[in-house]
Amino acid sequence: MASTIRVRATSNGDITEVQALIQHPMDTGFVKDAKGEIIPPHFIQRLTFEHDGKPVFIADWGTAVSKDPYVKFSFKGGKKGDELKIGWLDNKGATDATSAKIQ
Amino acid sequence: MISTMRARFMTCLASAALLLAACCGVAPQASAAEAPNPVADAKAFRDYFTKKFPKVKLEDFVNGPYSMNEDMHRQWEEKEQFPPYEFALEAGKEMFAKPFKNGKTYADCFANGGIGVRQNYPIFDEKEGKVITLELALNRCRQANGEAPYSYVKDEMASLTAYMAFTSRGKPMDINIPNDGRALEAFEEGKRYFYTRRGQLNFSCATCHVQSPGERIRAEVLAPALGIMNAMPIYRSEWSGMGTTSRRFTSCNSQIRGVPLEPQSDEYRNLEYYLSYVSNGLPISGPGARP
Amino acid sequence: MSGRKHPIVPLAASMLLVASLSCAHADGSDADFKAAYAAADTAEKEAGALRNQWTTTESTLAAARKAAEAGNFEQAMALSKEAEALAKASIFQATSEKDAWKALEIR
Repeated sequence: MASTIRVRATSNGDITEVQALIQHPMDTGFVKDAKGEIIPPHFIQRLTFEHDGKPVFIADWGTAVSKDPYVKFSFKGGKKGDELKIGWLDNKGATDATSAKIQ
Repeated sequence: MISTMRARFMTCLASAALLLAACCGVAPQASAAEAPNPVADAKAFRDYFTKKFPKVKLEDFVNGPYSMNEDMHRQWEEKEQFPPYEFALEAGKEMFAKPFKNGKTYADCFANGGIGVRQNYPIFDEKEGKVITLELALNRCRQANGEAPYSYVKDEMASLTAYMAFTSRGKPMDINIPNDGRALEAFEEGKRYFYTRRGQLNFSCATCHVQSPGERIRAEVLAPALGIMNAMPIYRSEWSGMGTTSRRFTSCNSQIRGVPLEPQSDEYRNLEYYLSYVSNGLPISGPGARP
Repeated sequence: MSGRKHPIVPLAASMLLVASLSCAHADGSDADFKAAYAAADTAEKEAGALRNQWTTTESTLAAARKAAEAGNFEQAMALSKEAEALAKASIFQATSEKDAWKALEIR
């Protein structure tokens, strides 16, 4: 199955800018379906970006983050060609991970 | 806010507003039926917006509220680097390629295999004497090949039309009105729908998109009507997903407290025909992203 | 805004006035409610034929039905009258807009 994580990382030699779009329903548990039943909460709890074995961005999320979340951040270091590892874990215990080369 | 007022007062207010609107109408036109002139209508339509917003480049009108507000434009440019509609677009591409149970595909129903043809829709079908929108054509393709039609307001149709729009990105809108009285009538009907006030709030499409583009309705910045179809379908943050033209038309209706018509009703088809034609020449920018 | 008086203004106002007056004299019976609801429903169907119904008319009709089901006929009648007024206003809107739309047209 295709990864749920789209990522693009670019480095200007000093700072690496990372953008990621993650496919996830991020259900809050407050919304009812067409039958009137609550759609159970289903959301990413932890999102981690790693470079060179060290985390450069960690997010602890809850239900306030919307569906298909988009993340953008920068970190010092990282050169073109370096690998960036991304992974998430949701409240149902599901995970996904991918890696991308910094451009 | 209006929503907290009692309905009876609103009735009074609505009636008064209607009457004022009728009274304040321009001096009674000697309404000898003017012959339909879509070319003149399109020119007047375009001139109205380019005059109202002289700093906006013609092709930028297709970006809706982002053409009206610099701060929003900056945010949108950033968003376009990693658009939220990517997932729906990919889903649409897969759906488009997947054969029906009988082995045929959507490509068999469209000119050029359905690639790079979105800008020609809606098309006036002279055999049927009616306007055929892209959504309608897709469902007819499904039904002709033994498949159940999709809902006009849900994800599947949105993904499919998103993909087809994407294959036409940059191409100028190119709607044709054949020299057929029925086509001209459809155009005129669409025009009439666009300017007709409806719903308890007594708004017409023009009230927001001709009289008030760039201004706010509650927290949203209104888009100009010029180029408004070019970005369809749109991923709306409000919807947390991609939505079809049908969804936009029906929800606009209910938002002004008008009971929506059935998706792909004649009125909506004609409206889409009119709105697309008067934006001929402007580039297809779909699928779009909106607040 | 134009200061011209339109003959329909007093007519619409008196329509609403009559509606509220007759409401005040209602005795809240089931039969009265049914009659009032039927009138509202007829008007709403006419608005439907004109392709111009209002969501608030529909919700007021629904509220009237709900009140009647609960046995609250006085309220059900009041709501029916309100729904009828809303439906009639939407009919008026559709009818007058047949010509009035031209005032908004870009030329």
